[in-house]
Amino acid sequence: MEKVISLEKVAKSFGSLKVLKDVDLSLETGEILGLLGPSGAGKSTVINVTLGVEKADAGTAYVFGEAMPKRELLGKIGYMAQSDALYETLTARANLKFFAEMRGIDKEGLDAEINRVAGVVSLGDFLDQAVSGFSGGMKRRLSLAIALLGDPKLLVLDEPTVGIDPALRRQIWAELHNMKKQGHAILVTTHVMDEAELVDRVALLMGGRVIANDGPKQLEEQYGVPSIEDVFLKAEEEEE
Amino acid sequence: MTRTLAISKRILMEMMRDKRTLALMFLAPVLILTLLNYVFTLNSTPTVEIGTVRVEQVVTDSLKNTSHVNTKSYDSESKAKSALKDKDVDAVLTQTGTNQYQLRYANIDASKTSMVRQVVNSTFAQNKVKAMAQQNVVLATQAGQQPAATSSVSLSEKYNYGSKNTTFFDTIMPIFMGFFVFMFVFLISGISLLKERTTGTLSRLLATPVRRSEIVYGYMLSYALIAILQTAVIVSFTITLLHVEVLGSVGLLFLINILLAMVALALGLLVSTLAASEFQMIQFIPIVVVPQMIFSGIIPFNSMASWAQIIGDVLPMKYAADAMNAVVLQGQGFSSIWGQIVALLIFLVVLTAANIFGLRRYRKV
Repeated sequence: MEKVISLEKVAKSFGSLKVLKDVDLSLETGEILGLLGPSGAGKSTVINVTLGVEKADAGTAYVFGEAMPKRELLGKIGYMAQSDALYETLTARANLKFFAEMRGIDKEGLDAEINRVAGVVSLGDFLDQAVSGFSGGMKRRLSLAIALLGDPKLLVLDEPTVGIDPALRRQIWAELHNMKKQGHAILVTTHVMDEAELVDRVALLMGGRVIANDGPKQLEEQYGVPSIEDVFLKAEEEEE
Repeated sequence: MTRTLAISKRILMEMMRDKRTLALMFLAPVLILTLLNYVFTLNSTPTVEIGTVRVEQVVTDSLKNTSHVNTKSYDSESKAKSALKDKDVDAVLTQTGTNQYQLRYANIDASKTSMVRQVVNSTFAQNKVKAMAQQNVVLATQAGQQPAATSSVSLSEKYNYGSKNTTFFDTIMPIFMGFFVFMFVFLISGISLLKERTTGTLSRLLATPVRRSEIVYGYMLSYALIAILQTAVIVSFTITLLHVEVLGSVGLLFLINILLAMVALALGLLVSTLAASEFQMIQFIPIVVVPQMIFSGIIPFNSMASWAQIIGDVLPMKYAADAMNAVVLQGQGFSSIWGQIVALLIFLVVLTAANIFGLRRYRKV
């Protein structure tokens, strides 16, 4: 197994606020890592340091073995932010095409690739409609489709299934597992606790540190509780 | 390069779908120019009403014969004064003794006041000349000579720019051409980048391998194209429908406007990083846009205090307006406006570099 993401003793402050104190985190090929934590715990900061949008104050973030920030590496990462971040006046196809060009995906076969990712999120019939007419769930799906463009070896998804109905959520998770089997590495943050049962490993981020890092079943055993939600609550109590 | 093109293509596509902004960019200048043209053409020469109290017939007659002047005679000073208060007359001329007059102005409209002053003064001067000529005739007749025929002076007028129909509007036209381009590009580009920031598309864009410079150049390319179109609309409208004369080359006009648009764009992008919302962007109009207008040359520079002139020197609009004036009104070529062009280029380079550096706030590489 090859390490795709490796954060080593990463610390990051904004002004006097120490968001990350000492974070060690790793993600390997063929693995789905769920990043859990209360809001304000620094999940987005972990993602931003990983992407090289923010530079760590101490420690280093390695992606594909190279120290971030490194602009060229961003082409190999499929990223989906918490906000939908779409050009509302444009069609879904124009959005996909634009971000494909930004990622540097080959023009050849681009149309087929756009149809493929639209199919994954069941937006194939809506490709030529303006995004402004989309429902919240459709926007979320399009945002995910953009991250899937070019079949990137590393996917970083910040709350990917917020506002998506259960049937489709199941479909998206099936696709993520499918990609995992093909050797992709996936970093997911989520608030939905039953989704946390679907990942290979859960990293619990609290107080600027990763306080637990194991498979969901192992964590439940370790804390002696029946679900990840209980693990979360118990860990939060202990932290206080 | 492909990314720069893709970004500018996307900006243009977004704009094409925003019909109202499009209309604003192209129809608003046309509408405002038409209004300005109408306003300044109609009021080119005001008519003044002068009230007279006990004024000699000779004087009132010659006042009456002046064009754009009407006179009304009043019996008493108090009646004339109340007419002045009621805005029936613009000034009251009272004779207080032989060759002694008093002139009271309403002074509500400065242009009318100065016109009355000019008319009255020239009337007195004329009467003096007439009286002297009369005296000469009398003297000549007494001496038994034929009075010399007064030779009429002929004056033919030629205009370097325009014709006798040239109004104030024509002379401020070049400034307005540039100003519209500046204002619209500044506002729309600033708001457009701001929207990218607030909707998160900028973060998403910066999570791709795109260079920061490619984003800035992408914006520049698209807005250069928009400035060209806007200039084309404004120039062709003013030349063909408003009959404004352009002495110099239209190509130079485009060059100046495109440069000015680029500067406005860079300034808009930079200022938008200081704004948290569209509303805050609008708040920059009085701070950034209005001074450009004040120091563009609509108010003559030599009438300003020297410290105020220095402010003008750091505003890009002044250089653009100077260059536009030189091309439109004086027909100057590139050789006499290169200084202004260089000044605009310096603004452009400095502001662009600041923008590319400023995007570091949102991504560290």
